[in-house]
Amino acid sequence: MNATLEVRDLDVAYGGVPAVRGVSFTVDAGEIVGLIGPNGAGKSTTLHAVMGLLPARAGDVVLRGVSMRGKSPEKIASAGIALVPEGRRLFAELTVEENLRLGFAARREAGEDDALAEVFELFPALIESRRRPAGVLSGGQQQQLAIARALVSAPAVLLLDEPSLGLAPTVVDLVLSTLEAIRERGIAVLLVEQRAQRTVALADRTHVLANGELRLTLTPEDAADTDRMVAAYLS
Amino acid sequence: MSEFLRNAVDLQVQADAIGLGAIFALMAVGIGLVFGVLRLVNFAYGQLIMAGGFALAFASERGWPVAVGIVLCVAVVLALSLAMERVVFRPLRTQSAAVMLIATFAVSFLLQSIALLWFGPLGKPAASLASLNRPVSIGDVEIRKIAIVAIVSAAICLVLLVLLLNRTSIGLHMRAAAMDFDTARLLGVRANLVSMVAVLVAGVLAAVVAVMLTVQFPTVTPTFALRETIIVLAGVVVGGMTRLVPATLGGFAIGYASGVLGGALPSNQSQYLTSIIFVAVILVLLLRPAGLFTRGVRTVERV
Repeated sequence: MNATLEVRDLDVAYGGVPAVRGVSFTVDAGEIVGLIGPNGAGKSTTLHAVMGLLPARAGDVVLRGVSMRGKSPEKIASAGIALVPEGRRLFAELTVEENLRLGFAARREAGEDDALAEVFELFPALIESRRRPAGVLSGGQQQQLAIARALVSAPAVLLLDEPSLGLAPTVVDLVLSTLEAIRERGIAVLLVEQRAQRTVALADRTHVLANGELRLTLTPEDAADTDRMVAAYLS
Repeated sequence: MSEFLRNAVDLQVQADAIGLGAIFALMAVGIGLVFGVLRLVNFAYGQLIMAGGFALAFASERGWPVAVGIVLCVAVVLALSLAMERVVFRPLRTQSAAVMLIATFAVSFLLQSIALLWFGPLGKPAASLASLNRPVSIGDVEIRKIAIVAIVSAAICLVLLVLLLNRTSIGLHMRAAAMDFDTARLLGVRANLVSMVAVLVAGVLAAVVAVMLTVQFPTVTPTFALRETIIVLAGVVVGGMTRLVPATLGGFAIGYASGVLGGALPSNQSQYLTSIIFVAVILVLLLRPAGLFTRGVRTVERV
């Protein structure tokens, strides 16, 4: 039985300089898999390669048994992988609802209204601002909108690139706890984060990336083991 | 001077100027829409109008009904727009703005040369709608029918465009692509479809403009609409290139100003018209480089 998302021996290079080397991991439906590591370790590069924003030099990205290699970002989005990009990349001048409707672009099935109702249930703060421009929302609400926009496409896989970046601690709690609700819907979640301890505690397993290679895999039990966490970063 | 002012406020001159402004506004929308989505200044836009003009001339020469001529005009302009998009715009989408601009120059001159070979330098008459140059009396003012037709057609086109952009999902996708094409693609917005629709809508507007311009200038030559395109491009830049509404207002403003000046300048000085317009353009660009109708200096950059 194939995993929902399978990354196989992925190699990505920027102009000849290798950024990700031989990275392999899987994410199954209803799982959260974390990807942590220092700056420049290749976390975002991995996500971008999965999404088709960067070409893979070698290896493959397989969604439900189908190779995504060489496909354009819009094709990959329509195949069922949604990215919540770093910095959210909302359309600041479009309304909250228009931003959400853009998420329908990758949707293959009917039931758009139900999808909207569902994300409003998950993020009630967005309901009252649905006719306001996304640019006036608070940082936490913008992050919720970015996640909601990815969810309305009914993805099989949700990729998140540092969703907690620049958010107040209470908002981080809110954003990360919604990931659990998203996992329960049977979505495969791949979470790239700087907050190592929070990620390890939340995810079913967390891979540590350093210099473009997977160094080690941590489980929630390791989150309390500070020595192991520190060693993971320094190795 | 007083005669100049008297001419300038003359209602007939005003109606003609608004009519010309309306036509230029449509051209500005066509150029601005393609620029918004593709970040491409389509210098060859005028040659789409020229091709539409020759289609009308072709129909008129054979004595075909006006409606058939207009359908032929729309068909020719749309086919040419699609070809341009597929052969030139799409392959160059990831290239720099300079490469794309020069490519559209090349397309522009290529089409002018083809027209020269096929139809000769003297061009062809497209006279089936010439009756629209006749005036109608409203009260004691006489206004040319074409001014009214131009204003009404432009208004209808702009309303339809606003509905398309604001009420349909392809319109939403186009607006998003104009703001941030990469993020739009990430969400599954189909880049090729959006760029094709933008080019097709611009093509429909070019066809409408071709019909209007052949009424004003019934002889279609290979350089038909070339001067107008340059003036509209200046208007679009003056209004604010990166946004559709300021670009449209810029097109209207420069058309209106040309119309008023053209009507008010004594006929022995009319050769100064273009110079005066472009001096005004330079002044505006010096004072408000981001555009006359943009708020602040906010511009949309593609990330």
